[in-house]
Amino acid sequence: MTTIPTETRQPGKASLLYDPKIRGYAYQILLLAVVGFLVWSAASNAIENLRAQKIASGFGFWHNAAGFDVNQKLIPFSASGSTYGQAFYVGLLNTLLVASIGIVLSTFLGFFVGVARLSSNWVLAKLAMIYVEVIRNLPLLLQLFFWYNAVLKPLPDARNSIALPGSIFLNNRGLIMPNPQFGPAFQAVVVAFFLAAFAAIAFYIWSKRQQERTGKQYPNGLITLGLILGLPLIVYFLAGQPLSFDLPQQGRFNLTGGLQIYPEFVALLIGLTTYTAGFIAEVVRAGILAVSKGQTEAANALGLRAGPTLKLVVIPQAMRVIIPPLTSNYLNLTKNSSLAVAIGYPDLVQVFTGTVLNQTGQAVEVVAITMAVYLTISLVTSLFMNIYNKRMALVER
Amino acid sequence: MNTFLAAALAGAAMAVSVGGAQAQTGGLLATIKSKGVLTCGVGPGLAGFGIPDQAGNWTGLDVDLCRALSAAIFNDPTKIKFIPLSSKDRFTALQSGEVDLLSRTTTWTMSRDTSLGLNFAGVNYYDGQGFMVRKKLGVDSAIKLAGASICTEQGTTTELNVADYFRSNKLKYEVVAFASSVETIAAYESGRCDAYTTDSSGLYAQRLKLAVPADHIVLPDIISKEPLGPVVRHGDDNWFDVVKWTHNAMLNAEELGVTKANLDEMLKSENPEIKRLLGTEGKFGEAIGLTNDWAVRIIKHVGNYGESFERNVGMASQLKIARGLNALWTKGGLQYAAPIR
Repeated sequence: MTTIPTETRQPGKASLLYDPKIRGYAYQILLLAVVGFLVWSAASNAIENLRAQKIASGFGFWHNAAGFDVNQKLIPFSASGSTYGQAFYVGLLNTLLVASIGIVLSTFLGFFVGVARLSSNWVLAKLAMIYVEVIRNLPLLLQLFFWYNAVLKPLPDARNSIALPGSIFLNNRGLIMPNPQFGPAFQAVVVAFFLAAFAAIAFYIWSKRQQERTGKQYPNGLITLGLILGLPLIVYFLAGQPLSFDLPQQGRFNLTGGLQIYPEFVALLIGLTTYTAGFIAEVVRAGILAVSKGQTEAANALGLRAGPTLKLVVIPQAMRVIIPPLTSNYLNLTKNSSLAVAIGYPDLVQVFTGTVLNQTGQAVEVVAITMAVYLTISLVTSLFMNIYNKRMALVER
Repeated sequence: MNTFLAAALAGAAMAVSVGGAQAQTGGLLATIKSKGVLTCGVGPGLAGFGIPDQAGNWTGLDVDLCRALSAAIFNDPTKIKFIPLSSKDRFTALQSGEVDLLSRTTTWTMSRDTSLGLNFAGVNYYDGQGFMVRKKLGVDSAIKLAGASICTEQGTTTELNVADYFRSNKLKYEVVAFASSVETIAAYESGRCDAYTTDSSGLYAQRLKLAVPADHIVLPDIISKEPLGPVVRHGDDNWFDVVKWTHNAMLNAEELGVTKANLDEMLKSENPEIKRLLGTEGKFGEAIGLTNDWAVRIIKHVGNYGESFERNVGMASQLKIARGLNALWTKGGLQYAAPIR
């Protein structure tokens, strides 16, 4: 028999319309076109209207002189020579500073409270429960106002500072402490620190292998601590103590000199940390409860005590449940740091979408930049947490 | 947060409404007439300039300008929707069309007048920036504030002037900027700052809010020029004229001695200037899209500039601010209205 012509079996050209794959593509292209058109028409309308109202637009303002001052900054900034672009970096760094410290602290506090809530100690468990319920159910803005006033109100004014040991002063302008001045030889100490850190990691890997081979355990924690603290200290003294301190002096109004930690920063940090820790505690509790009770019982049966059980058996399994919601709490903390605007901490929103927006009047550009920045920070945080999650995830065989 | 909202509104409004308000035939005045309400952007609560009284009615020098406009348009000074705006949000709200005009102690500067797409319709208060400090600090001049912490409000000319002042005098200082005046004054009162700076009229007004106003003094130094006035958007010349001439009418009324009390007598006056102001001669009101008795309505419901000044910020008020620069030009001040003719 000759072969049957394929044309009769294949759908004809007209039936391309009914090909689900092609239809799918067509709809997607259509959707993209519609979205693209909407974005384009919105953008061109905005530009058109800005031009019609003779409102300045474009990003030329970036290099214009700022003309205002900011009190808390990680990079040099002054009214006399800085630009709006530099103001942006001042704000961005302040946001990153409070967000990164807040993430670290809230993780520790959150894990502690989350574990405490499951503790067999009744008082501790109930205290943790009260903490979580109170903190999670009050608006963050309110808590920030509370902390700002709680930090400011009880402290004396700058002329009656509380003197703490080591030339540290506390007043309602913040905590003022000696500012370390690093001599050129201090680099050696920094190098020593990194060497020590590498050595500690190398030792850790070696000791793990030893343990796997021979079962012998080494006091890893102690040796790491000794290396990281000891080596830089030895180098520090060998290099002739290349570190001096700029001590705060009482001025007419304020203490001058020294390193100042501002009350706005402290209030924001406490507010963000305690608030986010409340959520992290619940995430941790959920994660631990998700680990089957049999795991704990099995660990107990093997003779592990409560501490090692938690550390070696429960937490590693709980992490798989914990990490995804933990990521979203980190993102929330970063985004919530924009509430700084209410208590005068110069974060990105306060400096850039506050003062810069107002002085330049370029709302569309400034807000677009700010949104892009938060989006970038969030996506980068997500990326790292996803990588970490992948490493921790259950490896299916 | 407010800025985000306002800016988002601005973006949306600019993007969606092609041409915005000014594209409509008849312009903003016609829109206001058909809506039956004037939307007025005022301060969030500054005694003497714009603050709700115990009964919840907005009062103040800046508010009176809105009331005068409402009176001129509707013959009723109450057809106004007041939108309180912080310094930071005010321009975005005006640009986006959320309010018809701003009347809230806004300093007329070149960049605002040009690159923000706004027009200043006059000066209803000549002000200057000053400082308030605690009496117990023993400071009697701004130049002695070297090293001090100074609280100010964001998005103001104040924030820039204070930087200029300390920079040009080569003094160190610390600025603590807040998003609204309420937070600023609270931080000053809590001792976070040694000094609070804003327009000197604002200092007197804010001092009333402190627990013990007598513990604080306003320093005599004035470090800047702050001509405050009503603001409208670019692109609607008729509405710009209406606001400008409402303000001028109040000034001219004071200059010609026309008050709320003697208005009925004045309507019979033979003085040609008064006749033109009150619309018994000429068609000046119709030329700006109002009725010819527009100024009569303003004076009947609100009074002239001097009456408004005395009632809100002058000797008849809590603030007790002298006329000073705000006296009429005939009395040694700067208030000088173009003639109606």
